[in-house]
Amino acid sequence: MTNFFASRKGIISVGLVIGALAALLQYLGNPGNMGICVACFERDIAGAVGLHRAGVVQYMRPEIIGFVLGSLGAALVGKDFRPRAGSAPIVRFVLGVFAMIGALVFLGCPWRAILRLAGGDLNALLGLAGLIVGIGIGTLFFRQGYNLGRSQKTYASVGLIMPLVMAGFLVLMFLYPQVAEEPKSGVLFYSLKGPGAMHAPLIISLAVGLLVGILAQRSRFCTMGAFRDLILFKQVHLLSGVVALLVAAFAVNLVLGQFNMGFAGQPVAHTQGLWNFMGMVLAGLCFALAGGCPGRQLFMAGEGDGDAAVFVLGMIVGAGFAHNFGLASSPKGVGPHGIAAVFIGLAVCLFIGFTMRKKAA
Amino acid sequence: MSEIVDARGLSCPQPVLDTLAKIAAMGSGELEVLVDTEASKENVARAAQGKGWKVESITEDGGEYRLKLLGS
Repeated sequence: MTNFFASRKGIISVGLVIGALAALLQYLGNPGNMGICVACFERDIAGAVGLHRAGVVQYMRPEIIGFVLGSLGAALVGKDFRPRAGSAPIVRFVLGVFAMIGALVFLGCPWRAILRLAGGDLNALLGLAGLIVGIGIGTLFFRQGYNLGRSQKTYASVGLIMPLVMAGFLVLMFLYPQVAEEPKSGVLFYSLKGPGAMHAPLIISLAVGLLVGILAQRSRFCTMGAFRDLILFKQVHLLSGVVALLVAAFAVNLVLGQFNMGFAGQPVAHTQGLWNFMGMVLAGLCFALAGGCPGRQLFMAGEGDGDAAVFVLGMIVGAGFAHNFGLASSPKGVGPHGIAAVFIGLAVCLFIGFTMRKKAA
Repeated sequence: MSEIVDARGLSCPQPVLDTLAKIAAMGSGELEVLVDTEASKENVARAAQGKGWKVESITEDGGEYRLKLLGS
């Protein structure tokens, strides 16, 4: 009955495996310090289906598909598939949108922030500091009774929708595979240059995604929860997994010659420290209010949580906004409207945090 | 009679928050916590043990868990 992955050794093993695999995916073709990045990869998926037309970030990332399907498989085998929904889905959608916008001002989700640090990108220190501050603000709301309300048990099909969407994406990939030198194959867009053109072989990306999905579902690996539990409960359980991820990715990067320390000239990164910080304050606050980092939201969506699935859709649509409206950063720096979007996002989060509180029990 | 925390349908970290608040209010005694996900079950058990409480029993019924916690 005991779940090894729920133990300290379990979560550390999972962190080590994810860190090592992420560094390896970069070696096999994924972009720099982006072996795995949930925000970036969901952004690439948004591009692949044409929700934005930023030509350099369009690719149907099989890792994301694998995360959801691997989690579904693990949940079914572990009798842990719990179809549920109905806990303020519209709020979760909006939090997903602004989580993505914040992450794209920094250029990475928390996983990538850690991977960037493990690759020597010191700009990530500011992103991680922002992430912790954002989560810290979230814990203040939790202490004040903030709560998105109860979900309800529901039909299995509700919990299967997001896995089916992902399976559909995979079918599209097989129907319309990448054609050399072609920006489009069937209905899917493919990047010819930039990060979207850099990827490990499809089957390897998918296999790693499935494995990570299984491990993370069993262990409840969550980078936001790591810092939230530390701040809120002084618990280091999830944090030990995050530290393991950092250590493993750092070690494999050293072995593969992927470690390069500094601020300037880092891959898919900019050096505007304040906005690296503020982007992740916004993202961290959104993750905290929604109860999971982007990776965890995918795993929960795989185990039947229809509200987490709505958050995921919010992130994908948010990526469309971010690139269509000039909110996303580039290696040159923040986008023309990125700073305004961060402030709007923070205002929306404060509105949600202050108004969605049950009366003190 | 034991106190009850009904954390069914609540997402992370609410079940743990509610459990710890109750444990702090009670100091000692018997507390039952109702949750409906594996993750919440594990988190509540871990948090209670972190406060020196014992997980007396965990019973499952139709995908829901009832954790009996004892604090002395």
